[in-house]
Order: sequence, then C-alpha cells, then structure tokens
Amino acid sequence: MTANILIAIFTFALLALLLGSALCFAAKRLKGDRNALVEQINAILPQTQCGQCDYAGCRPYAAAIAQGEAINKCPPGGEATIQALANLLEQEAVPLNTEHGTHEAPQVVIIREDDCIGCTLCIQACPVDAIVGTAKQMHTVITDACTGCKLCLPPCPVDCIDLTQRVAA
Amino acid sequence: MSIPTLTPFPGGLLLPAHKENATQSPIINAAMPQRLIFPLQYPAQQHHTVPAVPQVSVGDTVLKGQCIAQGDTPNTSCIPVHASTSGTVMAIEDHPVPHPDDTHTRCIIVEPDGQDKWITRKKADVTTLDNDVIFDRIAQAGIIGQGGAGFPCIDKLHSQDKAIHTLIINGAECEPYICCDDSLMRERADTIIEGTRILQQLLKPEHCYLAIEDNKPDAIAAVQKAAKDTAIDIIVVPTRYPIGGELQLIQTLTGQEVPSGNNPTDIGILCHNVGTVAAVYHAVALDEPSLSRIITLTGDSLDKQGNLEVLIGTPIDSLLDEMGVNRDTLSQVIMGGPLMGFAVHDLNSPVLKTTNCLIAATREALPPPKAEMPCIRCGRCEPVCPASLLPQQLYWYARDNDAKALTEYNLFDCIECGACAYVCPSHIPLVDYYRKSKHHLRQAADEKARADKAKQRFDAREKRLVEQAAARDARKQGGDKQSAIAAAIARAKAKDAK
Ligand code: SF4
Ligand code: SF4
Ligand code: SF4
Ligand code: SF4
Ligand code: SF4
Repeated sequence: MTANILIAIFTFALLALLLGSALCFAAKRLKGDRNALVEQINAILPQTQCGQCDYAGCRPYAAAIAQGEAINKCPPGGEATIQALANLLEQEAVPLNTEHGTHEAPQVVIIREDDCIGCTLCIQACPVDAIVGTAKQMHTVITDACTGCKLCLPPCPVDCIDLTQRVAA
Repeated sequence: MSIPTLTPFPGGLLLPAHKENATQSPIINAAMPQRLIFPLQYPAQQHHTVPAVPQVSVGDTVLKGQCIAQGDTPNTSCIPVHASTSGTVMAIEDHPVPHPDDTHTRCIIVEPDGQDKWITRKKADVTTLDNDVIFDRIAQAGIIGQGGAGFPCIDKLHSQDKAIHTLIINGAECEPYICCDDSLMRERADTIIEGTRILQQLLKPEHCYLAIEDNKPDAIAAVQKAAKDTAIDIIVVPTRYPIGGELQLIQTLTGQEVPSGNNPTDIGILCHNVGTVAAVYHAVALDEPSLSRIITLTGDSLDKQGNLEVLIGTPIDSLLDEMGVNRDTLSQVIMGGPLMGFAVHDLNSPVLKTTNCLIAATREALPPPKAEMPCIRCGRCEPVCPASLLPQQLYWYARDNDAKALTEYNLFDCIECGACAYVCPSHIPLVDYYRKSKHHLRQAADEKARADKAKQRFDAREKRLVEQAAARDARKQGGDKQSAIAAAIARAKAKDAK
C-alpha cells in the first residue's frame, strides 16, 4: 500500500521533472530560433543605422519584424530589401512606406574642416563611430565607414557637415 | 629548346583579319598634340584601383617622365601617373575618359612646351641589378598590362610568393583590325626579348614561351632572330579567335586550365603581353616610365592607316585629324577591336596605356548594332564559347537578375570575348548583358561588405555605450566598476533576449 503510493509519487515526480525540463528546453530552443531569425533579418537590412524606420537602428527593427512588424519601413534598403525580406518571411512584397522616407543613392558626409569648432556633438550622434576628433580639435569623417545615415547633421551647431554622393570604391 | 605540344582550347572562331591596311608602313611617331590628359584613376572595368594624388599644381612646369600623381601611402593599388612630355599643368579637373559608360574622371591636363625635355635618367646594366631594384623600377614606371584588361604589371609580378615555372609572352594578337603588337614585334623585337630576359632574371622560370599566331610570318622571323642564343622559345600558334586571351593561350601552350576564381599565377604561370615586356625593358634598363605606346589607327574613315607611337594622354581627336579623318563618313570610333572594344562617346578622351587600336569606322564597315530580337534558342552561341560556358542560359539569368544562377553558371569565367554575340542570329548584345550583370553582382558584394562593417561598428559602439553607462553608475555609487559593467552587460543581454 505505502509502497504503491510511494511508487505513484515517484512516477509523477519523475514525469513532472521530465516534462518540466522538456518545456524548459523547448522554450530555450524557440528563443534560439527567434534570435536566429532576428539575425537573418538583420543580415538583410542595409545597416545604415539611420533610424528612419523609427527604431534605434537596424537590429531593433529586425527584432520588431520578427514579431510581425511591417517589412516596408526601411528607405535605405528600398525595394530590394523589401523583396529579400518578403522572400525570407514568405510574405507578399509591398511597396516602401514613404512616410519613413524615400530610397536615395548611397551618400556619405564630409566635414568642412575649416569651419568645425570641435564641439564633438557629431561624434556622439554617429551610430557607427565614423567620426574622429577630440574636444576643440578639428573633426573628420572616415568616409569608408560612414553609412550616410545623416544623424550627425542636426546636432552640428555650425552646419559644417555636408552630404555628398558616395563614389564607387 | 623545348617545344610544348599544343592543346586546342574549346570554342573559338575564325574571323576575317582586316589587318592589311594598317601593316603597310612602319611605325611612325604621332605629332605632339595641343594638350595631354592624364586620368588620376585608371578607368578600368575589371578591378579596383585607388585614385592617385596629384603631386603638382596648376601652373607648374613638368618634365617628360616626371611623376605628377601617385598614391599617398605605399602599397595601395595605385598606379603612378607620369607626364609624357615637358610642359605646363593647365588644369586638374573632371574630363571625359574612354569607358563603355561614358564616364568622367579627375585628370591632370598638361600643355606641351614642344621641348620634350626629360628628367634625369639612370641607365643600368640590368644583369647587375638586385631583384628589389628591378621590382621597384617596374612599380615606379606605372606599367599597365597592355593587352587589354589593364592589370597593373607590378601586381601581377607581386602576386607570386608562389614560384613561377612558366613565363608566357603573348604576341598572339587575335582580334580583327588590331596589329600594334605585330608591328612592335616586326620592328622592335630586340626590346621585347630584352624585356623578357629581365623577367626571366627576376622570376627564373623553367620555361619561357613567346607565342605568335601563324598569320604573322614577319613578326615570327624578326622575333626568332632576336631570340637566338636566349632561353626563350618562340611558339607559333594557330590563328583562331580568341587565342590571344590569357586563359586560352595558357591552355594552348600548357594544356592547363586555370581553375575558376584563380589567377594564372596561382598555378605558377605568368603571362604578359609583348608591349608590356617592352615597357619593362624601358623601365628597368633605361629608367624610363611608361609614357607612350603603339596604337593601330585604322578604319575606312581615315585617309592614312597605320601604327603610331603615341604619347599616353593624347586626345583621340588629334590622332584622327593626323590620319586625315573624313567626318562625313565617320559613324563611330571603336577603342579596341570590333568584338571586345567599345564605342568612344567623347573624342576629346585621351588614349590610355591599354588603348591598342582605334577604328574610325564608316557606317558600311561597322554598321550600328542591329535591333535585338528574341532569343530563338538556336544554341549557336554555345559551341563557340572558349570558356565552355552556356551563353544562352547566362543571357536568360542575366535578364532575370538571378544572382544565384549567374554565379552557379560561372558568369565570372566569361572573358567577354564576344564570340557568342558574333554568331547570335538574333543580334543579342550578349556581352552587354554579362557586363551589366557582373557589375551588379560586384556592387551587391561591395554593399554587403560595407553593411557587415557597419554592423560590426554599430555593435561595438552599443557595447561601449553600455560599458560607459555602467562605469558612470559605478562611479556615482562609489561601487566596484568591474562588477557594475558585468551587471550592465548582463542586463543588456537579458533585454536583448526578451
Ligand atoms: S531605416 Fe535605417 S535604421 Fe531602420 S533598418 Fe533601415 S537602415 Fe536600418
Ligand atoms: S558620419 Fe554622420 S552620416 Fe556618416 S554614419 Fe556617422 S552620423 Fe551617419
Ligand atoms: S558637430 Fe560640427 S562643429 Fe561640432 S565637432 Fe562635429 S563637425 Fe565640428
Ligand atoms: S545564339 Fe542567340 S538566339 Fe541562339 S541561343 Fe544563343 S542567344 Fe539565343
Ligand atoms: S563572351 Fe563570355 S559567354 Fe560569350 S563566348 Fe565569350 S566567354 Fe563565352
């Protein structure tokens, strides 16, 4: 009798343990899958990091897309990116949502170094650390690393940052 | 003497030569033009070079052979630019350059003073020079492969940490109309042989072949005479387009195929054009940079046809005038040959180190391309392809922009010889499709590389910001900095994974 009860308790305990760990494992696994999906989506986004999608960069937007956010909010990527996202997620491609901006030819910025007052505001704004300089010194852009996100333009107090077409390497 | 057994390459065509008009007279020196135009960046299609930085300003006087632009750091893939005569720098500005896409490039414009006054040169007895000195002289001379693709000579030489067992000098000038190499071999065989011997001294290859097509008996005789008592074997190869293609010539002489995505130097073979080795001789023995080349001027719109020794940078227009161009009959000027060349958009463009031929064509000789018709899947394009590709398939995939299929079907092995388009009954400009597709694929790869880099920099910055914020918190609370950073990173990770 007691033995039977003990066996029952033991069986259920074991069952609970097994199912519990299975659930736990599944949860981890699914989260892993979702992270992998975010990475896949992020790999398609152009990494301009401009925030025109209203997220704080490409990766956050990728995470949102993985949760079902619309795929047509990235102007730098344009139609090609939308198409690639649609293929990955097995959705219909939709036209770019122009509320977020329009697709433009790749650009970079240059600082008119004679006018720069060295306030460092642009450095703090640049999402990819493409500007070098220290306080009160002339600042300059590493053109090769600049994504043309334009985030450094508004903070500059003397408007000495110019946008130009990026020339092919 | 070790004569290899020749292995025919696949595909190819027998084409009418059209070389007789320009080979009647000896090489003459072109007249000094009004101005010379030197692009800072080579308008090449196959590979990237970095623009050279001007070393002179407007108003400066320059000497013949003076370096007027070069890379600002050593080891950049940057070809130095030299003034090809003495004169005054008139401008440094954007100027049309010959390119299928009608591009402009920053150029230094020099007005000749007519004196043709040289910089001081240090002639050398080559046999006493170290390899380093030879390399250096070749690098400083700004020599570019004169065969067509325009690969910097020094890059080709430097790409062999691997030993070179076979050196091939390419005198198989196979495209119709072009005969500048033929005239160079007939008249300046000694220079070619001396240049080849310099490369032999440098690389110590087991075999050294100089290949010439069997339709150039005079060139063969001249080069054979000059190569007597040397370890250079003159190999006569059958005339068939495109045997002058580097890969096709290598296959013919050695039986080896260069694996897809590799350079010939990867399998121990180095191939240079006869004009390039002549330039090597000038650079190493005479200390003269690459300032001029021989160009075939031909086509029915010219009064006189022939091979001219032309200063690099000479405007195409002034050469046409010198040869008595008839502007009424002129329909287009082709740079290069009729299969691989392209129409020059702006005749003010300068000739380049790769300009082997200018065809001033009448409407009858080279009619404007016929209207493109649909592909009838006749399959004629396939057996002529020297790279054993499937031109028809590539055409369909190029139309669909199917990057994956284009790569799988080895688009990048296409040498753009134009044999497929030549035989296509539907007049489809197949090579244009392939060039565009290659351009798109390269661009996509570039964008991908940029995006990857931006992603890395973005991630690195995020991490740094988190760490800085944590360090600030830690300072505020007077706590332990390291553990606060660790905690903040953990928090950020948790947020990420949520
Ligand atoms: S809009 Fe800008 S930040 Fe947003 S995904 Fe596109 S490139 Fe990235
Ligand atoms: S330099 Fe300006 S435009 Fe370029 S990436 Fe940085 S913030 Fe964006
Ligand atoms: S924000 Fe403008 S002024 Fe300030 S450092 Fe940057 S470029 Fe110079
Ligand atoms: S030769 Fe022209 S028409 Fe015939 S299969 Fe090839 S591309 Fe099509
Ligand atoms: S152009 Fe390219 S595809 Fe056409 S025949 Fe030549 S190598 Fe083959």
